[in-house]
Amino acid sequence: MALNPNVNTVLGPFRMKRYSAFAIAREAARYHQGWERAWASPEPKAHYDAIIVGAGGHGLATAYYLGKNFGITNLAVIEKGWLGGGNTGRNTTIIRSNYLQDPSAAIYEKARSLYETMSQDLNYNVMFSPRGVLMLAQTHHEVRGYQRTAYANALQGVKTEFIGPEKVKEICPIMNIEGPRYPVMGGLWQSRGGTARHDAVAWGYARACSDMGMDILQKTEVTGVTREGGKVTGVETSRGHIGCDKLGIVVAGHSGHVAEMAGFRLPIESVALQALVSEPIKPCMDIVVMANTVHGYLSQSDKGEMVIGGGTDSYNNYTQRGSFHHIEETVRALIETFPMISRLKMLRQWGGIVDVTGDRSPILSKTPLENCFINCGWGTGGFKAIPGSGWGFAELMAKGYSPLTAEFGLDRFKEGRFIDESVAAGVAH
Amino acid sequence: MLILTCPYCGIDADETELAAGGQAHIKRETVGASDDAFEEYMFMRENPKGVHFERWRHANGCGKWFHAARCTMTLEVFGTYEAQTYEPPAEIRAAISAKRPGWSWGSFS
Repeated sequence: MALNPNVNTVLGPFRMKRYSAFAIAREAARYHQGWERAWASPEPKAHYDAIIVGAGGHGLATAYYLGKNFGITNLAVIEKGWLGGGNTGRNTTIIRSNYLQDPSAAIYEKARSLYETMSQDLNYNVMFSPRGVLMLAQTHHEVRGYQRTAYANALQGVKTEFIGPEKVKEICPIMNIEGPRYPVMGGLWQSRGGTARHDAVAWGYARACSDMGMDILQKTEVTGVTREGGKVTGVETSRGHIGCDKLGIVVAGHSGHVAEMAGFRLPIESVALQALVSEPIKPCMDIVVMANTVHGYLSQSDKGEMVIGGGTDSYNNYTQRGSFHHIEETVRALIETFPMISRLKMLRQWGGIVDVTGDRSPILSKTPLENCFINCGWGTGGFKAIPGSGWGFAELMAKGYSPLTAEFGLDRFKEGRFIDESVAAGVAH
Repeated sequence: MLILTCPYCGIDADETELAAGGQAHIKRETVGASDDAFEEYMFMRENPKGVHFERWRHANGCGKWFHAARCTMTLEVFGTYEAQTYEPPAEIRAAISAKRPGWSWGSFS
């Protein structure tokens, strides 16, 4: 085609064509030669109003809402690898908001509600599937814990309910609820939780950002943060120095590394979290099940693979692999509850580096540097939060305050204001 | 699988035989500490890409705590040593320097 999407002389900055049923019909009639690149790959400018480091879901969502809600579009998202190639493309795509603490419920429910309309907002099919999320109670302690969470959710306006074992069996017939080691005593059921296509979330945001005229700079590694008088002036990158008025660091597992470049420390340790998928089988389970006692969770993808997530390794690690015995433990425990998976072959296993804080809640905060902000510490459960995190963090960067992020400050550790989810509903998934 | 040599009983222990205990050489603060010092002790952690010092317990063996020097990027183990020390011994530091010249970690290098 004649038009190079990066140099559109008619419209100036990159403008996307809308995806629609009509567009599919139109392209079908001309041998699909009219599809354009979804986002531009420009050369970096010398200076931007704002720079986001990290083009994962959270970084791209932050950029999108900075543009959409606050009109900040002279913005670059800098990514050392490729867009969405970190934890955004490695998670098990679960979306839920059934947390115990009010600040958590607020930001996760904001995210979940934004997922409901994301495909329409972004004009990109993120395949949000509110199929329902069930968190199994397999000990008496969990029964009490989840009943408490259900009451908390009722007060927070998050729709969940505690259901008994018969109802569990009814909505998930393949489950063995008898035990003996891990009997199913009930579950916390969030009917509007579910899954979405994780790559599409990153791609959809990237396309929308590019459409607003933002620059997404892939394969551009940040190697330093330049500072002057307690303020950030820009970043050193593998493609030269890029100046900025505001800097947002959204780099998940590598947060400690980038924060060190900026000269401050974080209460974070990075560990590997693993997941695996089976060979594809016929549809057998149309909900998401999480079994926190055994640290395993299970759903079936649209391709038919059983998607299984496990627990984290117990030691610091940046290798994006994990220890094999954790997988063995997860699968061994899940087989008792789901006997039919015992003969499945596993196709792939992988790991991602997750940034875990002391109270297992994220950090969306100002930093010791005046115009530098950090969004990290999502640990093992960041995907579900992407739109809410971006919404709140964009407001924090634009206005210096957001009700969504106010409780998630970096100073909460020193002040003892923990948002303690580690012993509550959100057992770090 | 990670394999660490227990410095007490000398056994090459598989990861499944061990319990990870987090960062080593943390200076513990108590009554009278400043807020900053207490935050540093309680929450702030070294999280390097590279050389790291950490505590392990030979849980399914002799039961004792020891320290290990390990690379978080490659999982290479530089050595293990007994926990009754405030800083890594000279031979461990030398073993790291041989493979990672110019390394630093916290106040050590």
